[in-house]
Amino acid sequence: MTKKQEMTQKQTNKTLQNPILKWIDDRLPIIGLLQREYIDYPTPRNVNYFWSFGAIATIMLLVMIVTGLVLAMQYTAHVDLAFSSVQRIMRDVNYGWLLRTIHMNGASMFFLAVYIHLYRGMYYGSYKKPRELLWILGVVIFLLMMATAFTGYVLPWGQMSYWAATVITNLFSAIPIIGEQVVAFLWGGFSVDNPTLNRFFVLHFLLPFVILAVVFLHIAALHVTGSNNPDGIDVKSARDTLPFHPYITSKDSLAILVFAIGYAMVVFYAPNFLNHPDNAIPANPLSTPEHIVPEWYFLPFYAILRAIPNKLLGVLGLFGGVAILFFLPFLDRSKIRSCRYRPLYRWLLWLFVIDTMFLGWLGSKPAEEPYILWARLGTVYYFGFFLVLTPLISLIERPAKLPASISEPVLKTSDHPRDS
Amino acid sequence: MVEAKIGGIESENNQGKSGQGKSGQGKHDQGKAEEHQASERREFLGLLAGATGAVGAAAFSWPLIDSLNPAKDVLALASLEVNLESLEEGQSITVKWRGRPVFIRHRTQEETKQAEETDWKKLRDPQSDSQRVKNPQYIVVVGICTHLGCVPLGQKEVAQRGEYGGWFCPCHGSHYDESGRARKGPAPLNLAVPPYEFIKDATIRIG
Ligand code: HEM
Ligand code: FES
Repeated sequence: MTKKQEMTQKQTNKTLQNPILKWIDDRLPIIGLLQREYIDYPTPRNVNYFWSFGAIATIMLLVMIVTGLVLAMQYTAHVDLAFSSVQRIMRDVNYGWLLRTIHMNGASMFFLAVYIHLYRGMYYGSYKKPRELLWILGVVIFLLMMATAFTGYVLPWGQMSYWAATVITNLFSAIPIIGEQVVAFLWGGFSVDNPTLNRFFVLHFLLPFVILAVVFLHIAALHVTGSNNPDGIDVKSARDTLPFHPYITSKDSLAILVFAIGYAMVVFYAPNFLNHPDNAIPANPLSTPEHIVPEWYFLPFYAILRAIPNKLLGVLGLFGGVAILFFLPFLDRSKIRSCRYRPLYRWLLWLFVIDTMFLGWLGSKPAEEPYILWARLGTVYYFGFFLVLTPLISLIERPAKLPASISEPVLKTSDHPRDS
Repeated sequence: MVEAKIGGIESENNQGKSGQGKSGQGKHDQGKAEEHQASERREFLGLLAGATGAVGAAAFSWPLIDSLNPAKDVLALASLEVNLESLEEGQSITVKWRGRPVFIRHRTQEETKQAEETDWKKLRDPQSDSQRVKNPQYIVVVGICTHLGCVPLGQKEVAQRGEYGGWFCPCHGSHYDESGRARKGPAPLNLAVPPYEFIKDATIRIG
């Protein structure tokens, strides 16, 4: 601990009025930590509502953990009982229908929040120095979420559950030579079966807590560098920031409320909108439904898989589509963070956003022309964006003029009594 | 080697007892050299302990990993007899073996002829029909698409059978011929032929 940190800790400690809190903090300096990280934490004053999606995602994680825990107390992880135990949750367990619809649609809302959070990071260059590790931890969370959602989707043991499990685990059969063994290892047998369901339940239970731990690291890394902001320039003076509480806490609360209203509308008015009817049919290992599609949040990657006519390359494309996010901080050579000041890259990025949505739509279509051709074009842009455009654009792009400080444009337009 | 090491530890202990250990005890050069040696030895011991621990942990991880592989009871349930007497020409049945579907089709004469006459050397997974059947009337294959594991269509007489008259996998559009060979789409391999034998004229044992 540096001298400076020590001093700030003493200071916060001194400001603790409550003798009990002070007593605790002298022995376990956690109150001061919370005070520093969630009350005093200086946040750039120009952050917009896109900065609330991290808080929204955190709330979603907690909602998933709480509802998941009580669902797990009613659920039976056995191929003969799983489907009916979920039906029992829906019909007989008190409020089981509510808990399950919250959990089921919560996965979608969680991904929605995280996707917006991720695009936000891309648009405002939050992955750039000094926040590379912060970004990489975020991609780790994203991967863990995918694994969690996938294993969770298998649990109700409907037709879609079963065939999603089969197709996704079979991706590993593309590994040369040892592929078949790897898949048998994942299954614990010769097909997706009881051992598979059992281990998926265990993993589905465990992974959210791993995510929680990585979220802590993610936030710890954030609080080292401080938050980025829509101008993408560094904080230069205290005038550039506001304390987290009450400014950001109130802003985030409003965002969370609005998000929760949307979430509640889905849960109460369209609980099965994102659900696939085939998942209301119990798993049948002898018959694949005519159209199998993954959950919407996997569709862009699924479209990449199907766009590539070779099995191994298709699988590499699918995993590569996620993995390439790890390298974004090192692929982007421009020093300017925010797309506000990057007149060319801004449009390429918007095109990228549209491209991922287009791929998502294609992923839900049957594997036939013209969708395959379009998916190929979309895939080319997806990888071209990361591997060619992002590294090269800064050679020709002439960035717009950055403001001198964060507070300059803000304070020019508003008379802020606090600062006068 | 061993003696030297013990010596090293002793000298370290002595130094520890005699107080500050490190510097300024008015020792001669030899003392310093010994100290240097001692720290090198300490490093080596640390490395040795670390390496032993790592090997131990790696060895212990094997039972953990292997416990996830197919268990003995799963491996044991692995043989199945099927009577094909009632299977008419042109009909197919699906049986479950090791938790997966096995397709058995009593091929028509044209189908068999077609399968045998295909120029198989040019296929992506080159196999002749005779390498894939025991009795050319019956084709027996594991009904799992070699792309990503869906069950192809084609067992029902009215079902889609794809462009090559065998099976068609709708998941990502793979076509198989009358011999279960991959002909079109992303499937890299032919439908697998399970181990089986004819134990009577029209009875097979799979597994
Ligand atoms: C990262 C957080 C989580 C995500 C993204 C997630 C996702 C999912 C998904 C997509 C389903 C399938 C819903 C359906 O179609 O019915 C599911 C089911 C389930 N999850 Fe989670 N989950 C999370 C956390 C948890 C936790 C922490 C637990 C338990 C401790 C849990 C327990 C369950 C159970 C028992 C089911 C089966 C019942 C059902 O289908 O509703 N989940 N989860
Ligand atoms: S699983 Fe059959 S084509 Fe993909």
